[in-house]
Amino acid sequence: MTIRGRVWKYGDSVNTDVIFPGKYTYTVSDPAEMAQYAMEDLDPRFAQEVRPGDIVVGGTNFGCGSSREQAVTCLKIAGVGAIIGKSFARIYYRNCINNALPAIISPEAVDAIRDGEEVEIDLEAGEIRCPAGAFTFPPLPQVAMEMIAAGGLIPHTRKRLGLE
Amino acid sequence: MSTTFAEKVLASKAGLEQVVPGQIVEISPDTALSHDNAAPIYGIFRKIGVPRFAKPEIVAIVLDHATPAPTTKHAENHRIIREMVKEQGIQHFYDAGEGICHQVLVEKGLSLPGEVVLGSDSHSLHAGVMGAFGAGIGRSEMATVWATGALWLRVPQSMRITVSGRLPEGVTSKDLALRVIGDMGADGALYMSVEWHGEAIEALDLSSRATLPNLMAEMGAKNSYLPPDDKVFDYLDTGGRAQRSYTPLYPDPGAHYAVEVTYDASTIEPMVARPHTVDNVAPLSEVAGTHVDQAFIGTCTNGRLEDLAAAAGVLRGRKVAMGTRLIVIPASREVYLQAMAAGYLQVFVEAGGMVLSPGCGPCMGNHMGAPAVGEVAISTANRNFRGRMGTKESEVYLASPLVVAASAVAGEIVHPHELVDS
Repeated sequence: MTIRGRVWKYGDSVNTDVIFPGKYTYTVSDPAEMAQYAMEDLDPRFAQEVRPGDIVVGGTNFGCGSSREQAVTCLKIAGVGAIIGKSFARIYYRNCINNALPAIISPEAVDAIRDGEEVEIDLEAGEIRCPAGAFTFPPLPQVAMEMIAAGGLIPHTRKRLGLE
Repeated sequence: MSTTFAEKVLASKAGLEQVVPGQIVEISPDTALSHDNAAPIYGIFRKIGVPRFAKPEIVAIVLDHATPAPTTKHAENHRIIREMVKEQGIQHFYDAGEGICHQVLVEKGLSLPGEVVLGSDSHSLHAGVMGAFGAGIGRSEMATVWATGALWLRVPQSMRITVSGRLPEGVTSKDLALRVIGDMGADGALYMSVEWHGEAIEALDLSSRATLPNLMAEMGAKNSYLPPDDKVFDYLDTGGRAQRSYTPLYPDPGAHYAVEVTYDASTIEPMVARPHTVDNVAPLSEVAGTHVDQAFIGTCTNGRLEDLAAAAGVLRGRKVAMGTRLIVIPASREVYLQAMAAGYLQVFVEAGGMVLSPGCGPCMGNHMGAPAVGEVAISTANRNFRGRMGTKESEVYLASPLVVAASAVAGEIVHPHELVDS
């Protein structure tokens, strides 16, 4: 699986409140509307200008804070193809995998990639290709690859229960 | 082989002789906790396509995030949950007004020593106060737990924090937790199981202890554990709180920890987390004098009886400063009743404060006291991210109930010891 897109680069500890504000968690459930609030308190340009396949790049502890899954789904629905970080908050990481949004850990690539660049990610090969060069990353855990291939945890669970 | 608490409890639940950090195990939690997000989770559950919950007896639902419902939309959300509870035969359902989910689980004996509590809330680590393995999970994961009764977990590495000595008077477990978070950073315990040991921890009452695992979410931890002792067992035995028999688990001497740190409690001073991250910590003295528009005492972090007692001690016979508002929200109905009987609520109201019904209140900006643009709030909560309480154009400081109460009186950040009565 290859993901190719333009980079939106942010800093360390991008938290769930700035990705998807808490005040919307029980009032906004329509997917299109959800995408419209993506990154509202971090980067007001993001929701308007993000294109399918775009790649979000963050520093350490990306997605820290709340367990709210909308902080992942709002990016997914907005078209984000993958997130590259130096490290991820653990619930956020799980939520990414469970929604088939590849979360890739590569501190070297994060340092090398600049905002707005075109970047390509080869998930199977474990390689990120950007203008500064190519960077390898450890393959995602088996369970994560299975989940992404199935389209997320829910289709994966359906499969396990023999429902599809 | 010697094992940490996390390794021991996950091996036991997975039915394995032993597990190692990094290993992925499938376990069935003893309690699966949700709150107002049970409604959207039910939507995901229905997509899975099984009609019934696999294990309704492990499911606990506590309405707390927006209670009583501030809007029709929130009310509809609650209605869906009440219908689901009936439909699925869920016994452990606590409707609006019962309290904040983590506190209610403790009070109702659903967070038990040696058990696993998975919650669709990031502060589910809270259960560690009873010696349980508490961890937060996402909505899709909870839907899967409802459908199958099980979920995969990665065995975490462990961190051991040993705290010797005693906290000085006027210094609380909140100050200790903030100090540790400030030292280690918001990702200081990423994916880890954080164990608290030492005489300073043993000396704390349960209410003060609970603040520690609760706040470890802000250091990236997966779970956080305090060794259960007689204080825990007495609490559970009183009035037959425990919903079932339980087996406490303890780490072995000689277990391997990825990180081991020690603190001397007597050196801890009052601490404050500054805007807009919880690890942006400073000694109180550095921010003293900062004007506050709103002071909030409550939440799963610091809304228990001992917290309210400490705040009432400061506020008794005093008034909230002109130009500052005080909001007090007991963490549960039980706490509310006890605080009422003890006269604390009278103290808050006489001081000019607003006492509201148990729940999360303004903590994440849903209702009951959002700050205005440009305002500064000081709160006993666990999170101060930009926009947390509603508008991103406000600032939130985090501190202990003592400091928040004193700041309400002074109209600026101050420690009660420095409070000068006019």
